[in-house]
Amino acid sequence: MELDSLRLIRNINDPELRTIDGYERGGGYRALRKAINDMEPDQVLHELEESGLRGRGGAGFAMGKKASFIPKGSMDKYIACNADESEPGTFKDRLLMQKNPHLLVEGIIIAAIAADANKTFIYIRGEYELQADILEKAVADAYARGYLGERILDSDYSIDMVVHRGAGAYICGEETALLDSLEGKRGNPRLKPPFPANQGLYQGPTLINNVETLCNVPAIIEKGAEWFKSVGTDKSSGTKLVSVSGNVRRPGNYEIPLGMRAGDIVYGLAGGPPEGRRVKCWFPGGSSAPVLLEEDLDLDYDFETMAEAGSMLGSGAIIVVDDSVPIVSLALRLAEFYRHESCGKCTPCREGTNWTVKMLERIDTGEATPADLDTMADVQTNIIGNCLCVLGDSMAMPIGSMIEKFRDEFEEHIEEARLRHGGLPLAAHGGRADLAVGSPAP
Amino acid sequence: VSHEGYPDPAARPAEGDAAPDDVGREGAMGATPQELRRGWDRSYDKEKDPAVIPDLAEVEVPATLRAEIEEHMAKYPDRRSASIPALHAAQRVHGWCSPLALRQVAAVMQVTPGYLSSVASFYDMLNEDPVGRHKVYVCTSVACHLVKAKAVYDAIASAGADLPDTEIREFECLGACDMAPMASIDGRYVGPLDPSDAPEIVAAIKEGRKPLPGRGLEDDDYRLPWGGRA
Repeated sequence: MELDSLRLIRNINDPELRTIDGYERGGGYRALRKAINDMEPDQVLHELEESGLRGRGGAGFAMGKKASFIPKGSMDKYIACNADESEPGTFKDRLLMQKNPHLLVEGIIIAAIAADANKTFIYIRGEYELQADILEKAVADAYARGYLGERILDSDYSIDMVVHRGAGAYICGEETALLDSLEGKRGNPRLKPPFPANQGLYQGPTLINNVETLCNVPAIIEKGAEWFKSVGTDKSSGTKLVSVSGNVRRPGNYEIPLGMRAGDIVYGLAGGPPEGRRVKCWFPGGSSAPVLLEEDLDLDYDFETMAEAGSMLGSGAIIVVDDSVPIVSLALRLAEFYRHESCGKCTPCREGTNWTVKMLERIDTGEATPADLDTMADVQTNIIGNCLCVLGDSMAMPIGSMIEKFRDEFEEHIEEARLRHGGLPLAAHGGRADLAVGSPAP
Repeated sequence: VSHEGYPDPAARPAEGDAAPDDVGREGAMGATPQELRRGWDRSYDKEKDPAVIPDLAEVEVPATLRAEIEEHMAKYPDRRSASIPALHAAQRVHGWCSPLALRQVAAVMQVTPGYLSSVASFYDMLNEDPVGRHKVYVCTSVACHLVKAKAVYDAIASAGADLPDTEIREFECLGACDMAPMASIDGRYVGPLDPSDAPEIVAAIKEGRKPLPGRGLEDDDYRLPWGGRA
């Protein structure tokens, strides 16, 4: 995008931006003042609903609609900002929190007004120590200026904010696991319903939104829903931060209008795969998204088109895989990740991730037959939809898509490994040696 | 926080503060000895009463640690929400979530040590074993894997094999795939790394200085190799 049309990251590299003075100089907290002085909470909520802003964390649920589910009443209501960015390939929230922390703080306060919430939490992954320090400072400064605390800016709103550090668990990005973790327990997902909007944190109504979603809120309130919708597609409004990584020449965060051609992101912005390499496949929305092929780079990058193509936009993390990477190696690393991160609460996920890893290892040790691919695909089908949360699905969907789209390569790998290790007892060969990634370019 | 007067985390704990013995047979499901220590097949004594909530009057807790935990407890509607921040704090003091550390946190928070153990065992950054105070997390997750992160991990692990009081481990996605392959060294994100960076990283840890100046995400002049900002 041209610099002028950037919304979230226009001045992101200005070092002043992370101080409260610098943020205010650039118009910061103006939206909050407008929401407090010139608008009723219903109007704030209405504006968010009108904007069509969809959740940027993965599920893509309409943010305003979710906020409207919070019941009215005088009980404690909570906002949990999901800053547990752990989806492999995703690093957009890190950028926002590190370089523009007050944008998030302001977004949360406005969301709290819309949802009539009084206690807000930022659940940030424990590994983001630098970003958590920056956020803690930003929250303290916001308290000092009266943007947080009792009767903020002399209004009737009283809003508190706490930065809560996690301790390293992918599952805590799942909203109900996040709530359990925030309550000081193991991060196990909860059965839904009841949904967090009715019974969430400390049994109270809770609105959970991703960092990037909340960072879009101040501009919507300041400039209006119509302005927000002027970019993007009908059902995917606004801009999106995409994190491009993997085998590309210019990995990084890029802000794009939703609906941009995917190939323009991967080749135009990120420079495409290294010299002499081709795109073998790509994850359009983090490692949980089913892989798409090179020809799919012609598709528009928005929520609907990605879903129609059998994948998902997810967190907006594009991981590009070039043709030097054996698909079995990718599948195995992916499955190992989900096995490690499965919380163990539901059987299909706990056992399914474990067996998938074992079956992929068998392929590489020459013990597998092509029939094992069907068994493995069957395991994936039996995980999908059968767990409390989508962690199991998050492995099953990409692995299933790889088996479907690269079946020939899996079968070749099985045959090669069988011939190479044929007749040898297992211990006699090096196991995973042939899974090394990245043979030199031809 | 002063560590004076508290057990040397590098040393195996003294009697009474030791982790229970392992069962001593090959672990279930082929677990490695490392995994066994992480909780598989740990024996327990059925004759013993379950650990109750320790009395704060009977447990000596460093004043600063107690104050920090209480400060965390005050932030939440339910004191148990402070369990992760409190365990982080105790781990900073003790080097790991030792039985003594758990007992101290339990006494301040008025929960059972078992409850805290259930929490500590769930999260990757909390250790119930004395693995080392310095943390080197090398990301080998999907995006880093594509740019040969395993070679980086192997190089750092072998160069740092003799580093005292240091845990070097593979870690799942650290959220810095633009810097891939990368590592978090005591919280400092550095990258992109090459196996040839391993000696410098190890030397920096040994000498107690920041590794790879200019190549950390927190550095003002940090640039990705292609010139972009992270």
